[in-house]
Amino acid sequence: MSGIPHDHYEPKSGGEKWIHSRLPIVGLIYDTIMIPTPKNLNWMWIWGIVLTFCLALQIITGIVLAMHYTPHVDLAFGSIEHIMRNVNGGAVLRYLHMNGASLFFVAVYLHIFRGLYYGSYKAPREITWIIGMLIYLLMMGTAFMGYVLPWGQMSFWGATVITGLFGAIPFIGESIQTWLLGGPAVDNATLNRFFSLHYLLPFVIAGLVIVHIWAFHTTGNNNPTGVEVRRTSKADAEKDTLPFWPYFVIKDLFALAVILVVFFAVVGFMPNYLGHPDNYIEANPLATPAHIVPEWYFLPFYAILRAFDTEVWLVIAVNFLTGGIIDAKFFGVLAMFGAILVMALAPWLDTSSVRSGRYRPMFKMWFWVFVVNFVVLTWVGAMPAEGIYPYIALIGSTYWFAYFLVILPLLGVLEKPLPQPETIEEDFKAHYGKSSTTDGAPAATPAE
Amino acid sequence: MLKKLALAATLALAPVSGAYAAGAAGEVTNYDFSFEGPFGTFDQAQLQRGLQVYTQVCSACHGMKYVPLRTLSVEDGPGMPEDQVRAYAAQFFEVYDEEIEDFRPARPTDHFPENNAAGAPDLSMMAKARAGFHGPYGLGINQFFKGMGGPEYIASLLAGYTGEEKEEAGVILYENKAFPGGWISMGPPLYGDDVEYSDGTEATIEQQSKDVAAFLMWAAEPKMMARKQAGFVGVVFLTVLSVLLYLTNKRIWAPVKARAKE
Repeated sequence: MSGIPHDHYEPKSGGEKWIHSRLPIVGLIYDTIMIPTPKNLNWMWIWGIVLTFCLALQIITGIVLAMHYTPHVDLAFGSIEHIMRNVNGGAVLRYLHMNGASLFFVAVYLHIFRGLYYGSYKAPREITWIIGMLIYLLMMGTAFMGYVLPWGQMSFWGATVITGLFGAIPFIGESIQTWLLGGPAVDNATLNRFFSLHYLLPFVIAGLVIVHIWAFHTTGNNNPTGVEVRRTSKADAEKDTLPFWPYFVIKDLFALAVILVVFFAVVGFMPNYLGHPDNYIEANPLATPAHIVPEWYFLPFYAILRAFDTEVWLVIAVNFLTGGIIDAKFFGVLAMFGAILVMALAPWLDTSSVRSGRYRPMFKMWFWVFVVNFVVLTWVGAMPAEGIYPYIALIGSTYWFAYFLVILPLLGVLEKPLPQPETIEEDFKAHYGKSSTTDGAPAATPAE
Repeated sequence: MLKKLALAATLALAPVSGAYAAGAAGEVTNYDFSFEGPFGTFDQAQLQRGLQVYTQVCSACHGMKYVPLRTLSVEDGPGMPEDQVRAYAAQFFEVYDEEIEDFRPARPTDHFPENNAAGAPDLSMMAKARAGFHGPYGLGINQFFKGMGGPEYIASLLAGYTGEEKEEAGVILYENKAFPGGWISMGPPLYGDDVEYSDGTEATIEQQSKDVAAFLMWAAEPKMMARKQAGFVGVVFLTVLSVLLYLTNKRIWAPVKARAKE
């Protein structure tokens, strides 16, 4: 499966040969977990395991929760309380599932930032990146629909606002919205289909995760230097890599255990910290909450959605040029989806020949501004759209697009990259070898 | 790099909880409750006093339809003996029974009745449906240190009436320091000595407010103790596992790192 030369599974006993000639599954598993992995991976390469764990956690807790949940507008809210009060271990199970979504998104954002910093999206890993973006989109859809299921006030009004976005599409928007909702408004039909899809999509995600892993097992992992593993011979490859088992499995499991300490503390001691109190009030179509706020992991994109209001000159210009077809609302929707689209196109927008941000002095600065900007957008997405906040959101949104559409293409031309190590082995030795104490060059400093 | 990203993640998480400061937030006193913190437990006597306040005062207008009466006998909750719960249910509450198509005295297997008479909200989850603490600036720091503030909000609200009232569009509104916006349509429910506590606790307005707030926190989160215990066990076991995996990892990598020095 991998393009990096390494040992493959050889069936030895008669039984093993019998199975292998009929179904080479042991070989597949062996090659997958013994994959040569760059030995210099730092602690930012642990999020994949965390994400895999999250998916498994959400599916397992979700399947049990679904056994006790009733997808009906009159019964859903009560069935959640039934889980919280009557089902054995139900409260913990539900809090695990609720906060598991947050852990999932923390991990996916750090995973994406890792990819953006070390240029993991660049050739030949574009397909891995695109599949990853699809997984991320499906995660957002799944999380959004899952949040509707408890049928609290934020569930209902969040669903109303977000499905309303589709209504902003010119000409056909209202028909699409009605089709999505199964009626003129968020109601029982909506709840039923959201439940159905919320159960289905995680399995689609699981399928895409396999493709995601298949893709990067073919290209090999990226690593903090961005320098490729030598494939000239097996001996050369072995100087740059170590098998995934046990070196990286144990390392990743250690990181996962540490992260789960924090996760269990949140679930056990403050399970509602990341939630919204309004969702403990049953959905009421006649009473709109004072502020409709999505879950924290949607806030950056919610900020981008709201940033482009009718007072922004660009929106006014587009509105005028299209004869009113693209109004402020639709512009906001386009901006929100466009924000993810430009991120998905990063492999082709980044013109630099150097992969890792470690050797890109100018890029580094713009990248950290991007990270800070992401945090600011998250924050401003939760604030009311009044006073200074829309301006902050507009600046943040502009930077988001500028980063991908202007900065990444230009940096490749303007920037003078630092020298990169010849091989991964060299980088590893520079870090762990004797020279590491005296060598102060940035190239030798692991970004940990 | 990792530290910076971790910090960024923490900051990214922070805004969530403070997000919904609506208009002028009321003054919420940070009362101490026995169930706060990772090891806090419900005060059984306080829950029983709170139940008394709920039964004799609040239940006149507010229902609690998601709370089963039988849970009053749960040990880490109010912990009333089962026969006492049976007598209590029959004495104070009537429920509509579809089988006999009539009202009958409640049994422990029933829930607290709902009450829509005055249009008052159900109190089953009230302690989780309100946040007493916000911000600052939507950063969620206050909630991180003080908790969400549901019970504090309830206690502050009940003890927060100033005595002023005004009429607006035919509705009498009462001034309340804790209520967002300052004017609430619920009249002051407590005046002091509204109930007579059997344990001799003086039934001041503040005491009754705190007691019923604690009771409502239990009503909203009856499995709080089990949850904290599960969390604590999880944290302890995973910490041990982390240490073991750290040592394993160190040992596995030691020869690889030693070879790099050659």
